[in-house]
Formats: sequence, structure tokens, C-alpha cells
Amino acid sequence: MSRSDDIWILGIHMTKFGKHFDKDVVDLGSEAIMGALADAGVTMADIGILAAGNLMGRGGIAQQLQKQVGQTGIPAYNVSNACATGATALRTAIMAVKAGEVDMGLAVGVEKLAGVGLLGGGGTAKSDGNEWEPSGRYGAVGPVDGRIGTEAMPGVFAQVGMEYGHKYGGTSFELFAKISEKNHSHSTLNPLAAYSKAMSLEQIMGDIMIAYPNTRPMCSANCDGAAAAVVTNGEKLKTLSLEQQRRAIKVTASVLTTDPYEEACQVLPNVNTLTRNAAKQAYEQAGVGPSDLDLVELHDCFATAELVHYDNLMLCEEGGAVDFFESGAPWRTGSMPVNVSGGLQSKGHPISATGIANIWEVAQHVRGECGDRQIDDAKIGLAHVIGLGSACGIHILEKSAV
Amino acid sequence: MTDTATQIPFVDYLVLDDGEPHLIAHECTGCGARYFDRRNACAGCFGTDFTTAEIATNGEVRSFTIVTFAAPGVDVPFVASVVDCGGTSVRGNIINCPPDPEHVTLGMPVRLATYVVGTDDHGVEAVNYGFEPA
Repeated sequence: MSRSDDIWILGIHMTKFGKHFDKDVVDLGSEAIMGALADAGVTMADIGILAAGNLMGRGGIAQQLQKQVGQTGIPAYNVSNACATGATALRTAIMAVKAGEVDMGLAVGVEKLAGVGLLGGGGTAKSDGNEWEPSGRYGAVGPVDGRIGTEAMPGVFAQVGMEYGHKYGGTSFELFAKISEKNHSHSTLNPLAAYSKAMSLEQIMGDIMIAYPNTRPMCSANCDGAAAAVVTNGEKLKTLSLEQQRRAIKVTASVLTTDPYEEACQVLPNVNTLTRNAAKQAYEQAGVGPSDLDLVELHDCFATAELVHYDNLMLCEEGGAVDFFESGAPWRTGSMPVNVSGGLQSKGHPISATGIANIWEVAQHVRGECGDRQIDDAKIGLAHVIGLGSACGIHILEKSAV
Repeated sequence: MTDTATQIPFVDYLVLDDGEPHLIAHECTGCGARYFDRRNACAGCFGTDFTTAEIATNGEVRSFTIVTFAAPGVDVPFVASVVDCGGTSVRGNIINCPPDPEHVTLGMPVRLATYVVGTDDHGVEAVNYGFEPA
């Protein structure tokens, strides 16, 4: 029987990721919301709170969406947490349900990113003034991006992977490219992925270099998309139909962390410690360990990032991420399938949608509704997301016992 | 020409006028954490008392990337890196070295080096730092 503070995903939906020239963020967000409500078998009248995320728009996405899908007067939270925005919206809805303020909440993340190009870096244009003038927190007389390291994402995450190589050894351009080869191979089974073509190791390594060792296909794909989820508690779920109870997915862990201070963390963002901290909390909340997981969707914003998260999520021994990958474990046929959706490198990364879309993927597997790419008999899965700056969201989902 | 300094550091934590060029950091007197930016408090122990610490000019490449595609206005290619300078991590480019993985390697010993970024209408040179193979 469900305890009243159990949290369940009652319905969840992800739009096709890719280029949606004919739809704006409100169209995509509405599609995700209406899909999630239909999947849950409820309407906006049942929802007590809305949390919504959209980073690149003009703000107030929650109310813009309400004006299309239903203005019921409920509290709405516009959340922003870099690439962890979707997970943060979901976490916000879950906290409201868990606090007992509402018995049903809705979270949505939506982004239009096709064609925006490189994210991060650049910043203020070089001053065309005639006198050097120190400004900002470093008293810099010009933009530091490119002159004192890099602030663009491909290079930042390249250094994250290279740092792991420096610490533990065994990394190479080819190893990172092989990780990308895996995800592009996985994407061929995902009709909702922005890119679903397999790529050979030679193609990946021979493509345009963005920031060594990440070539273009080793970087997350900018695209448009949205995802939404309806959450409820165990008490409410008991009052719903058997079919709703059967398809509901139990959220056995919902965790959000930020990066704790440690040496170097303000020089190169440390995406490791906050992920490890979130993973520890999540496994404890769920009462499971990494070996209990049937699949993992982790934040492979770049091939170099996926490697370090094998370790941070404790899918392998500390320092053992290279051996873990080389063993074939994270392939969909392996012992610990990772990113069977194709990951951000092929499925795509519409920033605010990502943190719910990865949960959608895991949810479809534990429901046994994932079609051709179903991981057989999947019962427990983990979804991980990182927003640089930093925030880490981890959710562990479990198949309904009904 | 003016009577004032003819050089200005590209960032305020680069010291050009006190012996050999070197970097300085705000060091928390409570926990020893070092920061290169202007501080409001210490992120580690929340203290508000800082002293100035000199950073070692020799170090080891802890991580790097060779950026070949960047935001508009950023010249490529360049090598971005994190250098361990005697226990303090510093962000900086690897300079005076071909930007390829044959010449830039993890663990490579490097030392601080400076170069002129540009000159303003008053003839003042902005001087930036990087790290070169040692």
C-alpha cells in the first residue's frame, strides 16, 4: 500500500525533439502539458501547482502556457536552473505535493534552440573605447573568454573529461569518441530523437573539431522540444482508477544539489562532487544501490562528460570509468545500459526540457512501453541532469507494484 | 606619452610592477581558500577577512582543451587549461607552444609568461598572462 508521502508520476510526455519551425515555445510547452495530462487521465482542473522552465525566452513561461491550456488560478513557479531547469521544475512540483499543499502538481520544461549555435562564452564585446578600463570581478580590461581559458561549454566539459584522464589515466580522443559512437548507435531506435543515425568511430573522429577532444557529434545537439509530467501522492493515487495506478511510476528518490566549495571549483566548474552527493542521497532515499538499476539516463552534454558521470553515479569503482566503458557495460546490450535514448548527443538538448525528458525515457522503460528500444524487464531506473554553475538533479523511478 | 604607467595588467590579479610578473589571490584568513575574483565572503567558511597570497609561477597542466570553434570575437585556435600552481588551481591559456595534443599534454610542467594584448590611444599596453612549457 502507498504511504501518503509517496510520490508518483501519474502522466508524462515528451515531444519530438528536433527543428519545429512551425511551433513556438508556447505550442511546444502546451503539447507537452496536454500530452502529460492525457497520459495521467486528468485535466488542468485537477492540478494544484504548475512549475515551468524556459531559459531562452522572454520570461513568464508558466503563465503563457496557462493562457493556452487552462487558467485555473493555481500558483505557478517560473524556475531557472541552467540545464537542470526541467528537473528543478519537477522537484518544485514534487515538494509542493510532498508538503501536502496540493495533491497533484504539473511540471514542464520547453526550449527553442535549433540554430542558436555555441552556448556560453563570448560575453561583452571587446570595448572599442580608446582607453583600457578595468571592470568586472576580475578587474579585466577586455573579455577573458579565449584569453584566460574558455567559457564556452564544449571546452569547459572537454576539460572536465581531460581532468579525469589526468587523475586516473586511460582516456584518449578515441575513447571519448567511442562513447559518442554508443549514443549515436542507441539513437537509431528512438523516433523522438533529433538525430537518429548511427555514426562510425571514423566519422565521429573525422568530424569538425569543436574543442579537443570533442568533435561536433560529441557535443549535445541544440534543438527544440518540451517535456511535462504530472505528479501526485500515494493517497490520491489510491482514489484513481486501476489503470491509472498500474501505469503510475513511483518516484523513489528526488534530489537536487549544488556544488559545495572545494579547491579549484571556481576555476573549472566541478560537476563531480555535486553529482556524487546527489547520487548518494538518491540511493539512500530509494533504498537501492547502483547494481539495482536496470538503466540510467545521464547528462552526456558532451562525450567527455558522460565518462566522469559513470564514476560520479557510482556505476563503477572510483577511478574505473574507462574500464567500465571498455567492458561494454553501458551499451544497451550491456550490464548497465546508459543513455539508451541516444543521449543529449543525438536525442538533443532543448535545455529546459532535458531534465524531464530524461525522466520520460526511464518512465517508459519501467512501464514497459518503450517499443523497439525497451530494456527487457526494466523495473528501476535513474535519471541525472547537470546544470552548469552548478545544479544536479537525480530522480530514481520504480515500476508500479499494482 | 604620459607620465603614468605604460603597462596595465589585463586582470587585476596579475602583478607587473613588483619583481617578476606573478599572480596574486585573495586568501581567506579563516580557511586558506584562494580566490581570483573580488570577494564578498568566503564560499568555504563564510569568513570575510582576506589577505593577499602570491601564487607560484611554476605549475603542472591539470587539464586542457584545444578550442577550435568559439564565440564571435574569440580568436582560435587556443589552448585553455587549468594549471596546478603549487596546490592552487589557476585558469589560463597555454602559450608559446603549438596548439595540438602532441605538444600540449596532461601533467606537462609550465611556467607563467606574459604577452601584450594591445595598446590604447595613450600608448598603454595591456599585458595578459598565460603558461608556457617549462
